Amino acid sequence: MTAKLSRVVIVGASSGMGEAMARELARAGAEVAIVARRENELTRLAGEFPGKLRPYVHDVANVDEVPALFERIERDLGPVDGLVYAAGVMPKIEEGEYAFEKDRAMVTVNLLGAMAWMNQAAARFEAARAGTILGISSIAGERGRRGNPAYCTTKAALTTYLESLRNRCSRYGVNVVTIKPGFVDTAMTRGMKGLFWLISAEKAAKLSLALARKGNSGSAFVPSRWALVALIVRSLPSFIFRRLNF
Amino acid sequence: MSELALTPFRAHAPLRVLDGFGRSVRAACRYVVPASVEELAFAVEQARREGLTVVFRGAGRSYGDAALNTGGMVIDASGLDRLLAWDPATGVLEAEAGLTIEGLWRRTIEDGYWPAVVPGTMRPTLGGCVAMNIHGKNNFRVGPFGEHVLELDLLTPAGEVLTLNRQQNAELFHAVIGGLGMLGAVTRVKLKLKKVESGKLRVECISGKNLDALMDAFEQRLPDADYLVGWVDCFASGKALGRGQVHSAHYLHAGEDPEGAASFQVARQGLPSSIMGLPKSELWRVMRLFSNQPLWRVVNAAKYHSSWREHGRSYLQSHVAFAFLLDYVPNWRLAYGPGGFIQYQVFVPHATARQTLKDVLDLCHQAKLPSFLGVLKRHRPDPFLLTHALDGWSLAMDFPVTGKNRAALWALTERLTERVLGAGGKFYFAKDSVLRRGDVERAYSRERIDQFLALKQRLDPSNLLTSDLWSRTLAPSA
Repeated sequence: MTAKLSRVVIVGASSGMGEAMARELARAGAEVAIVARRENELTRLAGEFPGKLRPYVHDVANVDEVPALFERIERDLGPVDGLVYAAGVMPKIEEGEYAFEKDRAMVTVNLLGAMAWMNQAAARFEAARAGTILGISSIAGERGRRGNPAYCTTKAALTTYLESLRNRCSRYGVNVVTIKPGFVDTAMTRGMKGLFWLISAEKAAKLSLALARKGNSGSAFVPSRWALVALIVRSLPSFIFRRLNF
Repeated sequence: MSELALTPFRAHAPLRVLDGFGRSVRAACRYVVPASVEELAFAVEQARREGLTVVFRGAGRSYGDAALNTGGMVIDASGLDRLLAWDPATGVLEAEAGLTIEGLWRRTIEDGYWPAVVPGTMRPTLGGCVAMNIHGKNNFRVGPFGEHVLELDLLTPAGEVLTLNRQQNAELFHAVIGGLGMLGAVTRVKLKLKKVESGKLRVECISGKNLDALMDAFEQRLPDADYLVGWVDCFASGKALGRGQVHSAHYLHAGEDPEGAASFQVARQGLPSSIMGLPKSELWRVMRLFSNQPLWRVVNAAKYHSSWREHGRSYLQSHVAFAFLLDYVPNWRLAYGPGGFIQYQVFVPHATARQTLKDVLDLCHQAKLPSFLGVLKRHRPDPFLLTHALDGWSLAMDFPVTGKNRAALWALTERLTERVLGAGGKFYFAKDSVLRRGDVERAYSRERIDQFLALKQRLDPSNLLTSDLWSRTLAPSA
């Protein structure tokens, strides 16, 4: 069963994988509501595919706006058959830094925003017995690394949330896809040291959408060789893992 | 205040995926459950302030989309179920609209009273029974539910509470009954119950080898039966078209019941706890295995042939066991599988009923979509504005819906609708999922619909109250 992605909402569409997926979907003929905080970026992107990409300015921290915005999008586009949640932040946490406000921002953007949008989509898709929810989680959610506790937490939580959602709605024909990218060349990773197997946002977007289009709900590393890394990382006993700077 | 405190509703009300009882239509709606009439009024007012639309939901027993409101609010009023007054001397009962038929008879049967009209299940709420003006197996004799309602309180979209009866606001009284909940929330129902002299009925079984035989059996018994219902094997065709079995029932007079007053006891009004040795809570799973055309055809044929063993015999049966066949198998609606089913009930005038109903059954055969269950009833007109009743007959049919048959099934219902409308027939909203605006206009008449819309305009000028059924069939197209 292949999944249709003809009218899609992408949250976090102004940069990185969200932006790349918006282009990819527009090229494939889909109508896409591109949702992001930065109006300039949205307008620029929308201008590339007039009539295909429609901009909606929204800060995912404003979770209360989501129900009304979802309705507005459906009034403009018609019933939506896909939601991509690509919004995510990963502020740098310095050695010795303990910054709750950074943690809060990550929980808000990476997790609460995802829940706010996915609740809207899941209810509609369950009722329609169709639809795709794609969440960009991360390999960072596989283990609590010392570098950024809150980021790992939000991604682990998002992975679990998506798994629950999949178990909750896949029996009603809803396609719930968890994408766990490795290193992707975006603003988020720019300047980071020790990157390997780096792929472009375009490549990551293509791979992710190809998985979503298969229509068989699931979770996947992108590209798939990261599954091996995840396996190793998960298998390391804690007394070794805590000594690593990974 | 539970989730009612989560305002504004537009941003904070929880979503709920709800279905019609037939499971073939669904909607994601904002869903709140008020715990009192005051909370209900607050929820309506809050929705109005926010420009959200509202439908009231009781037990969710309408087969189609009557209690769904895609994108709007569903206010679940089933918790407002207090019995407000009961007078065994007069048989007059007052209750909130969330009280169910079950909650009602359990409180009145030991005083010797039974609801004058009940549907085939005891789960619906009084509010739902009013909104749909439900009918029972005695429609030909005592009319619909609404004829036994003495008075209603209606909470209007403007927040006013109006008392409606046959003297006061009589026009509105006759429009709210059968008004699909589109004129306001019924918050209080005052009903007249039927005095019965026994907790049992005398039931007679008559088998008929075709539709004419079934209808003949009905007509012979019409003058004195209290209840009449026919089961039709819709798989049978040719000379056996419309074969089945009629159950006719009479109230007992004092002294006719060997058990006497003991038969009134609630404990003696039970449904069988197992059927053919199977625990009935799991029986739907067995039915699910049979829920395909070849096997269900066999089940229907077996039921028909075995019915002849009871032919001409009679027995005593409790009110509950006779009235609530649909409650024998809990969750039976699941037996039709994940696609659910639609129920489709046609009402046809007496004069041409035989031919019309034969044509209906034939059209199903031609489409290779025989109904899995057919129920025949006799009706008479009533004074309500949006009434589905007429001097004639109805045939209710169940069609399972699957991904594969959906298009063919909808096409069949279009042909059936055309045939029925051609005969001057009508349909019943509580069982509808398929009618279109034009069909409803022909069935209910433009004049009556305009009269209803005028009342709606007066009470609900901003169209606060809507439902998926209303938008599909009666709302003026935008």
